[in-house]
Amino acid sequence: MGDYASAQSAEVLQKNISGLLCVFVPQQLQGDIQRLSHLLLDRALFCYQMLKPKKDLILPNGGTPAGTSSPASSSSLLNRLQLDDDIDGETRDLFVTVDDPKKHVCTMETYITYRITTKSTRVEFDLPEYSVRRRYQDFDWLRNKLEESQPTHLIPPLPEKFVVKGVVDRFSEEFVETRRKALDKFLKRITDHPVLSFNEHFNVFLTAKDLNAYKKQGIALLTRVGESVKHVTGGYKLRSRPLEFAAIGDYLDTFALKLGTIDRIAQRIIKEEIEYLVELREYGPVYSTWSTLEGELAEPLEGVSACIGNCSTALEELTDDMTEDFLPVLREYILYSDSMKSVLKKRDQVQAEYEAKLEAVALRKEDRPKVPADVEKCQDRMECFNADLKADMERWQNNKRQDFRQLLMGMADKNIQYYEKCLMAWESIIPLLQEKQEAK
Amino acid sequence: MRKRRGPGQRAPGSTRSVEHTDGQSVLTDSLWRRYSEFELLRNYLLVYYPHIVVPPLPEKRAEFVWHKLSADNMDPDFVERRRIGLENFLLRIASHPTLCRDKIFYLFLTQEGNWKETVNETGFQLKADSRLKALNATFRVKNPDKRFTELKHYSDELQSVISHLLRVRARVADRLYGVYKVHGNYGRVFSEWSAIEKEMGDGLQSAGHHMDVYASSIDDILEDEEHYADQLKEYLFYAEALRAVCRKHELMQYDLEMAAQDLASKKQQCEELATGTVRTFSLKGMTTKLFGQETPEQREARIKVLEEQINEGEQQLKSKNLEGREFVRNAWADIERFKEQKNRDLKEALISYAVMQISMCKKGIQVWTNAKECFSKM
Repeated sequence: MGDYASAQSAEVLQKNISGLLCVFVPQQLQGDIQRLSHLLLDRALFCYQMLKPKKDLILPNGGTPAGTSSPASSSSLLNRLQLDDDIDGETRDLFVTVDDPKKHVCTMETYITYRITTKSTRVEFDLPEYSVRRRYQDFDWLRNKLEESQPTHLIPPLPEKFVVKGVVDRFSEEFVETRRKALDKFLKRITDHPVLSFNEHFNVFLTAKDLNAYKKQGIALLTRVGESVKHVTGGYKLRSRPLEFAAIGDYLDTFALKLGTIDRIAQRIIKEEIEYLVELREYGPVYSTWSTLEGELAEPLEGVSACIGNCSTALEELTDDMTEDFLPVLREYILYSDSMKSVLKKRDQVQAEYEAKLEAVALRKEDRPKVPADVEKCQDRMECFNADLKADMERWQNNKRQDFRQLLMGMADKNIQYYEKCLMAWESIIPLLQEKQEAK
Repeated sequence: MRKRRGPGQRAPGSTRSVEHTDGQSVLTDSLWRRYSEFELLRNYLLVYYPHIVVPPLPEKRAEFVWHKLSADNMDPDFVERRRIGLENFLLRIASHPTLCRDKIFYLFLTQEGNWKETVNETGFQLKADSRLKALNATFRVKNPDKRFTELKHYSDELQSVISHLLRVRARVADRLYGVYKVHGNYGRVFSEWSAIEKEMGDGLQSAGHHMDVYASSIDDILEDEEHYADQLKEYLFYAEALRAVCRKHELMQYDLEMAAQDLASKKQQCEELATGTVRTFSLKGMTTKLFGQETPEQREARIKVLEEQINEGEQQLKSKNLEGREFVRNAWADIERFKEQKNRDLKEALISYAVMQISMCKKGIQVWTNAKECFSKM
């Protein structure tokens, strides 16, 4: 296949693949062909890496391939070419889990690390299983790297970086658990992504013993690779967003707005519930006090007091659950839609650049039969971006639907459980209240 | 017992009509009574039956309100609850073995006009001991019946604990109201959100409807709970009636002790005059010392007067003693009856409260299960 050092050849390959597929695929799906071919190319180039010695490659989407020196087999090659967009897990070959938070106390600082366990049959991984420890700032680093190296894709959000000291205890069990869940979700979302999961930085994050060493090296890499990636600079103004992307933008705006409202309502409910709890905690014991004055009524009154106590406990569990499980996921999605909006803007930039350059060529009036190479490059960049974004958007919509379905069902469940606990408490006290006491 | 004149037609009270069914013959009369007439009836009963724990009236003004409930005495809900309270008051009297036979009570139910005059003609206000009403009356009783002392203590404690309970319950109701109502906001935002969604839209929309149902369900729930609060209030006021009986005993005991003391001192005076020894100080004694002895005739006269007084005193003491013992006997019988009634009633109240809570929980489970189903269809 020759040397892929030049982007042009990669282009050619992509066009060939597109052409091949278009022969067999009906008209209406040809929009997807871009995406499919792009994916195929991605995979093919990875396979290529296994056969050829390591070389720096610049791909149209700006990514860098994972370097590996293990020999390839034909079956693994086939594996690689398999298009797997499905999230069922039937063809899943990568599993990542975040667990086991541990506190580290050093002279300069105290922090938490989490264990990242990776199981994979992918050839990008030397070993079938990995276990490393990472802290939040490592995740932050990974996310930044993904944003830089995959600017055309939607990168999942991280839980909030900063916590107000004094208000939230960064080392409390609840906070750490909430964060762990969010970090786990973050990695799982990347794992499920057909392009992001093959990102080199992601691989290193999952496998490297010493991530810090790699981080330092990464800075140098950036300057070389940076060009095509960082090329998406400002300075170009887009005249109008294409309809479909405008629709996405509008959707995201409204979506974020509604989520914000839901977040505020949820917080308000928790606040009211906590105030209700405070009153309940005073209410129950009064029945207890009363029972000390009485003879025959002592047991019934004490029973009511205990009952109210049980309901109070159930309510506290409900508010804790909502705070730990419900609110963070909402906030995550708000962050998600924010980062998506910036990707949309970057896309606009790419389109603006292309249109500007095209216009410039038209104005020069040189009778060139062909469009100059750099303008073609811009066009490709734009089309790839559009394809990636649309694919990611669709994936995001599906995931969002499932995530919210689960989230809201969970909220309903917690409330049901709360009422069931209270119901049980009150039902169990009825026989006690109805009991005829022996004459004293 | 249904009729009621519109508010504002007769301030400050509102009128009630009364139907009376006698045990023997069915007498269905219907007449109008103001709250103040109920008060008059009760005051009369307090005076004529001091040994009875007289049923209390419902509150004149709304107390222990939580914010949604209007503290306005003309509020229809309050007026209705007070009507029920007054009905309950009459039923309590009608079911009391002693009170139900009272003529004035009977007339209250049957005599349309001039009932007030009839009551006042009994002159009960004159009989009333103003000392009973005086809250700060302090008189030291040397030998009160221990049971009454304990009972008085109990009634004070009961009053205190039920007030506390009612206050906190009102705050609990307030907070619970807040929790439910905020959920109504979900209804609106889910509806708005569903507008931009394709597959998720229907599920969100219908779930939002259930949130609205949930939010509005609290009104009925808290309305029901007010009946429980009213049952507690009745016993809060009953505690006062209990204390009144204890006070009456104290007063009688005090009068008894004073009379006994007076008698003892008179006896002593008499003795001194008769024997000529002066042990007790008296002005007469001093003046005779200073200004000369009195004549034997004078002394005889005085002794005779004292002896008469002593006789009278002894009679009075005897009858007071009898009265006192009778009072204690009758009062204690009614107190036992009251205790049984209280235990029964409060048990019932607690059971109905538990039933209310169970109903509230079941409603909650229903609504959230419905919402969950809607979410599952998203």
